[in-house]
Amino acid sequence: MKILVPVKRVVDYNVKVRVKSDGTGVDIANVKMSMNPFDEIAVEEAVRLKEKGVVTEVVAVSCGVAQCQETLRTAMAIGADRAILVETTEELQPLAVAKLLKALVDKEQPGLIILGKQAIDDDANQTGQMLAALADLPQATFASKVEVAGDKVNVTREVDGGLETLQLSTPAVITTDLRLNEPRYVTLPNIMKAKKKQLDTVKPEDLGVDVAPRLKTLKVVEPAKRGAGIKVPDVATLVAKLKNEAKVI
Amino acid sequence: MTALVIAEHDNASIKAATLNTVTAAAACGGDVHVLVAGEGAAAAAAAAAQITGVAKVLHADGASLKDGLAENLAAQVLAIASSYSHILFPATASGKNVAPRVAAKLDVAQISDITKVVAADSFERPIYAGNAIATVQSADAVKVITVRGTGFDAAAASGGSAAVETVAAVADSGKSSFVGREVTKSDRPELTAAKIIVSGGRALGSAEKFNEVITPLADKLGAAIGASRAAVDAGYAPNDLQVGQTGKIVAPQLYIACGISGAIQHLAGMKDSKVIVAINKDPEAPIFSVADYGLEADLFQAVPELVNAL
Repeated sequence: MKILVPVKRVVDYNVKVRVKSDGTGVDIANVKMSMNPFDEIAVEEAVRLKEKGVVTEVVAVSCGVAQCQETLRTAMAIGADRAILVETTEELQPLAVAKLLKALVDKEQPGLIILGKQAIDDDANQTGQMLAALADLPQATFASKVEVAGDKVNVTREVDGGLETLQLSTPAVITTDLRLNEPRYVTLPNIMKAKKKQLDTVKPEDLGVDVAPRLKTLKVVEPAKRGAGIKVPDVATLVAKLKNEAKVI
Repeated sequence: MTALVIAEHDNASIKAATLNTVTAAAACGGDVHVLVAGEGAAAAAAAAAQITGVAKVLHADGASLKDGLAENLAAQVLAIASSYSHILFPATASGKNVAPRVAAKLDVAQISDITKVVAADSFERPIYAGNAIATVQSADAVKVITVRGTGFDAAAASGGSAAVETVAAVADSGKSSFVGREVTKSDRPELTAAKIIVSGGRALGSAEKFNEVITPLADKLGAAIGASRAAVDAGYAPNDLQVGQTGKIVAPQLYIACGISGAIQHLAGMKDSKVIVAINKDPEAPIFSVADYGLEADLFQAVPELVNAL
């Protein structure tokens, strides 16, 4: 079985972004970029399934600018066998990415597609579900455990109020939550090895997909700032403030 | 122009997140209908009909809808979607699971986690862990939306008298099945609906300590319990208590953060709380930058002291 793992290049999770003064977006020039953390978990899970012998090939995919190659190299350093870049400078929204991935699913015929549940830039949490819908595949989002058994896969999901387990027929789409695994550190020898692995580039036109954005961003502003608080010296003062000033207890 | 709200329910009653979603739907400008899809969900449908501002309740009942499987629930929504200009889900685990599936099938964008309706086609939503607020406009004929509960007041759960109309349940997709559920049992208020939340972080050090220190304070205040990602990852607290960018988004009257440093991902989930208290022994902890009242102290002494002082 083959696994397809889509990965997104995003602003590193440690960077606190600034809103541009003209309100057109956030300033991401000269900011550290990394693989979306949930996607790293997806690559790790796919590679672990390969190491267990359940899976024969792990193919990483990224959609976006040429620099996404770096993200794909990271995926291959974790253990993906090869990579595909769908290269475009257009702004890609989740529906467009899902359509591009659908075209690649048709071509590659993977048994599983594992994606991050959400990218930490647009916080959309849509692409996996949209891909599942477009490809008419079953889905298990927010996975904390994945067990492949023949042509079925059992997935434990993190939901409101606890956990639930679903059984899907493969091919299927899975999106990762934080507790699925802890991605390995990438070693230098593996980074070197990844440089020699195959990386193909295609264009959205090659896949016959219209990626035009459907949502227009009218403006981007900073959130309302909280007023400065105070430090209290002891518990008694804290209780008094909560009772008499804030009146919340 | 009519908006459809997909109710979150447990067959017997309507979950609170539905009420905030009804308010957002009403702000889109037209009538509001509610879909209750489940098995044996007549009581939930009757409850939905009582919500102020709801004009009609559609009730789909069948085995295929029992466990909220995304494939079936999305198909149920799509079966009635053509009558609506807006389709709104609460931004809960279930809503986020199903809404993009509906949008993709309709070939429209989905707008996630809206916090404000600016116009019938324009919405505010947080991006980058809430460090920026984007106003987005949709050119699509149907707007498929998930609604962040903290952005909208809850509609009154009573006072309405909508008609309940039965719609046929869809067939099972046959591609996925429900195996089991481990529900965290708790008599506490639900995290996203609680007025007071006591939240613990990595500094607690163990599941035993987390329980020993945080629970008495939550009991005393009638509060829900939350946790930082670090505490959940370390196994001190169950996953559904995680507050933050990718966990629960909360905005209680009072949020008490104990031993939480305040990573931006955590702040994203709680900084809209009315009053924030931070108890932390590190004077440099970022949590103090959003706290109304900061107490620089060892939580193992300060929290029990707080329990006694209340």
